[in-house]
Amino acid sequence: MHIIVCIKQVPNTTDVKIDPVTNTLIREGVESVINPFDAYAIEEAVRLKERFAGKVTVVTMGPPQAEKALREAISLGCEEAVLVSDRKFAGSDTWATSYTLSCAIKKIGAFDVILCGKQASDGDTAQVGPGISTHLDIPQVTYIKKIEDIKDNKARVERMMEEGYDVVETPLPCLFTVVKEINTPRLPSLKGMMRAKSAKIIQWSAADINAEPKNIGLDGSPTRVVKIFTPPARRGGEMLKGDTSDLAKEVVELLKDIVI
Amino acid sequence: MDYLFNEQQVMVRDLARKIAQEKIKPVAAHYDETEEFAWPIMKILSDSDLFGVYIPEAYGGLGGGITEMCLVTEELSKACGGIALGFAGTGLGTFPILLYGSEEQKKKFLPDIAKGKRLAAFCITEAEAGSDAGGIKTTARKDGDHYILNGTKQWITNAGEAEVYTVIAMTDKNKGARGASAFIVEKGTKGLEFGLKEKKMGIRASATREVIFTDCKIPKENLISKEGMGFIVAMKTFDNSRPGVAAQAVGIAQGSLDVAIEYARKRIQFGQPISSFQAIQHMLADMGTQVEAARALVYATARMVDAGVKDVARDSAMCKLFAGDMAMKVTTDAVQVLGGYGYMRDYPAEKYMRDAKITQIYEGTNQIQRNVIAAHLIKDSLRASK
Amino acid sequence: MKKCPFLAIHMANKKAVIDMNKCTLCGACVEACKFTAIEIKKDAGEKRDLGAYKDVWVFCEQKRSVIQTISFELLGEGKKLAKKLGVKLCAVMLGSEIESKIEELSARGADKIYIVDHPALKSYQDDPYTEVLVKLVEEYKPEVILCGATTIGRSLVSRVAVTIDAGLTADCTGLDIDENERLLLQTRPAFGGNIMATIITPNHRPQMATVRHKVMKEAEIHKSHKAEVIRKTYPDGVFKSRTTLLDIVEEIEETVNLAEADIIVSGGRGLGNPENFAIIKELAKTLGGAVGSSRAAVDAGWMPYSHQVGQTGKTVCPKLYIACGISGQIQHLIGMQSSKVILAINKDPDAPIFKVATYGIVGDIFEIIPALTKEFQKILKK
Repeated sequence: MHIIVCIKQVPNTTDVKIDPVTNTLIREGVESVINPFDAYAIEEAVRLKERFAGKVTVVTMGPPQAEKALREAISLGCEEAVLVSDRKFAGSDTWATSYTLSCAIKKIGAFDVILCGKQASDGDTAQVGPGISTHLDIPQVTYIKKIEDIKDNKARVERMMEEGYDVVETPLPCLFTVVKEINTPRLPSLKGMMRAKSAKIIQWSAADINAEPKNIGLDGSPTRVVKIFTPPARRGGEMLKGDTSDLAKEVVELLKDIVI
Repeated sequence: MDYLFNEQQVMVRDLARKIAQEKIKPVAAHYDETEEFAWPIMKILSDSDLFGVYIPEAYGGLGGGITEMCLVTEELSKACGGIALGFAGTGLGTFPILLYGSEEQKKKFLPDIAKGKRLAAFCITEAEAGSDAGGIKTTARKDGDHYILNGTKQWITNAGEAEVYTVIAMTDKNKGARGASAFIVEKGTKGLEFGLKEKKMGIRASATREVIFTDCKIPKENLISKEGMGFIVAMKTFDNSRPGVAAQAVGIAQGSLDVAIEYARKRIQFGQPISSFQAIQHMLADMGTQVEAARALVYATARMVDAGVKDVARDSAMCKLFAGDMAMKVTTDAVQVLGGYGYMRDYPAEKYMRDAKITQIYEGTNQIQRNVIAAHLIKDSLRASK
Repeated sequence: MKKCPFLAIHMANKKAVIDMNKCTLCGACVEACKFTAIEIKKDAGEKRDLGAYKDVWVFCEQKRSVIQTISFELLGEGKKLAKKLGVKLCAVMLGSEIESKIEELSARGADKIYIVDHPALKSYQDDPYTEVLVKLVEEYKPEVILCGATTIGRSLVSRVAVTIDAGLTADCTGLDIDENERLLLQTRPAFGGNIMATIITPNHRPQMATVRHKVMKEAEIHKSHKAEVIRKTYPDGVFKSRTTLLDIVEEIEETVNLAEADIIVSGGRGLGNPENFAIIKELAKTLGGAVGSSRAAVDAGWMPYSHQVGQTGKTVCPKLYIACGISGQIQHLIGMQSSKVILAINKDPDAPIFKVATYGIVGDIFEIIPALTKEFQKILKK
């Protein structure tokens, strides 16, 4: 089985703090990590490989430093890594990104399953996965919380819904986006880390993947960001004082409109 | 301080640190309270290949040495000295095989230990034989193709959880120091039983039990090296494991120091954080310096052992002595910095203090260490004056 | 330099240098530069005929023939947008045996309703829903499409947007119209909610956006309002699906679903042990709310992960969030700071939670929570 995992390197949002004086993001020393949701995708891909025998190829579109994320993925169990990098990709929105990744996947070759994390923690759009499946014209099932079985070129999976889950069957090849509930990502092993250090990362430019210029980067992006601002900081409110029974009565008085 | 570790050592250290902070730290208080053995953590260590860092590649390990072992022990101990013993105690139990085992014995036992599939334990101490290791009474009688072991070992780390036990027993009472031999005994062997888990002051997550041999029959192939080599195997084992105990002490002390500094920054009294008071600053400075000095001794000694330096007994004793005494002082001071909160079990400081005490006691009490060091100093002086 | 969220600009020899490896062309610097020294050049590209696109569409999600409330919120917001653009508000619904839903959609303000009723559309499947929506869009050319940011919604419109080459912005928390350019201004959070971005789709139609639950206000009900109804049918081939829905499994939580709850009572490390969560559950039950938990309590094993509120748990925005014994680390705040009213109770006066709480009480949760429960029980006894 050939499994392809698409990942993204993002700033570590747990490190991102708001400067209380200027009300802006403190961005110094924010390190780049694998998008947390993609960690679940990598883990599921490696588990599928261990379950059904095969190999995992991890691919990312990003600047040269995204190589670090690919090496980390290798240390977790991926065999091959592809970095799709080109200045021409700058400014890509999710349409252009999913197009670019689908071109890279076409070049990688035959596959059975593509796995993506539900969304990226910086953009939070959850659009690239479905975008890729549409560009490649393959079926998709999103928000997967469990891959029950893969047999006879078909997969049976559980799609997480708001009040439970759907059981869906899909032919292969197909694309899945996964949610946190699907597994617990492993930590890298030393052997994996050593393999990652010496691994050769395949690097492709826009020309290498035969991407049409009008579909990539800024030109290929229907959406455009026009403004970025920090949300008004929530101001602390009132501190209530008094003895317990007085406090309780005061709180009930303040909140009764919401509660009743 | 930068000890100029190589890339592999940095990788090992960083991975151990990640596991300690992300997986062990959140559950340390729980295991201390329940005194359960942390098998889930052992599995994580096993999956990450950390159990094999000091075992040669030929047997499935990483091919590193004592430095790597100390790095892992130190990092794990920062989170919990008790849980770290699952790893470090296995190291102690493995050294007899690693240092003196035959090729067959190494091939048979090392791969599973390197993978973390089986833990190990070292058995020498008895009720009547602690510092006076020569006074052990457990016997091993040759009987055709087997040895029969009888006796009781006391306070053995990992006993009951480990599957591989390296045991020092008397094969010839009349030969004194040359009368002991080293053996490998596997869990499940008839005649091998374990006592109740001991209730300890600290390192409560570590399993400590009696190991009881009652006509325990083992194949003669399980004799390590030759009859009579027992105490030499034990001494060499301790020379190698002592930096590990010191590393555990350094880790515990560092953990408590980190807690103390963070608390001092946040605790406001008299309108300012207590970290701005010189009294606290001086305490922290002394604690920091002591921890670093101990750490330097540990890695200098480990480096020597790995480089094959023959006589490391004195330095090994020094690093264990210093680190143990240092850890007790630093962890006590950490409780003091936290004041009332330091005394409360809901806060992590008191656990570090309880855990540190054992490092002054086991693997050779600090009094024995002083004897060893003094003997070497005097001998060297004598030799120099000739 | 400071405005760049990607740290791509630094000074060299008194000139600002942009590292193109880090720059994502987000444009934050263009606006911020006092010297207007930064410009993003873009090929004009073919100017498309955007004038042919009219009307604001709202995709109305239904599950088991029940219209999801997010649809009413979108109709409410959609009405405002349609008014500013001077066009009609249209509801789009796909399903099976959904005739009866027309009245409800009319009452909520839809001027036009597009209905596609076919057995294959009974439950959501990517292929037929995408195919049908694409066909509707190609025929009727809406200029704006709004959809709920639900599991179904996000899956569906991502595929539609790529198929018809439209721009799509996800999880919008704010929508507005630039009346001069007839542009939909789509505002959404990024970096885990630490910054906000406003996005437009200048050259592509329709402009598509998904909106988070409970962000917009529901449209009012006017029973007398009548809508024009267009019932579309398509040949069977349009409805085929590569995937098959085998089963729908409902997992009824014995307590209220956290993400949907209007009232959440949350407990943290301050509770001390799992047994003490009983006081949280009691208050939640009294108020008819859900029980939440901070990560500390989940990591300690006191509550299951499904109750975790925060960056690595669920994001909630209830009308009332009561935080008990929760210190308010940023990772928790990210998950609940958009709650309408926050009441925080903690024994530590310096707990960061007080900075975002509407009402704060420094005190012993073990005294205060039971007292609150008692008082609420008094007034709620009907």
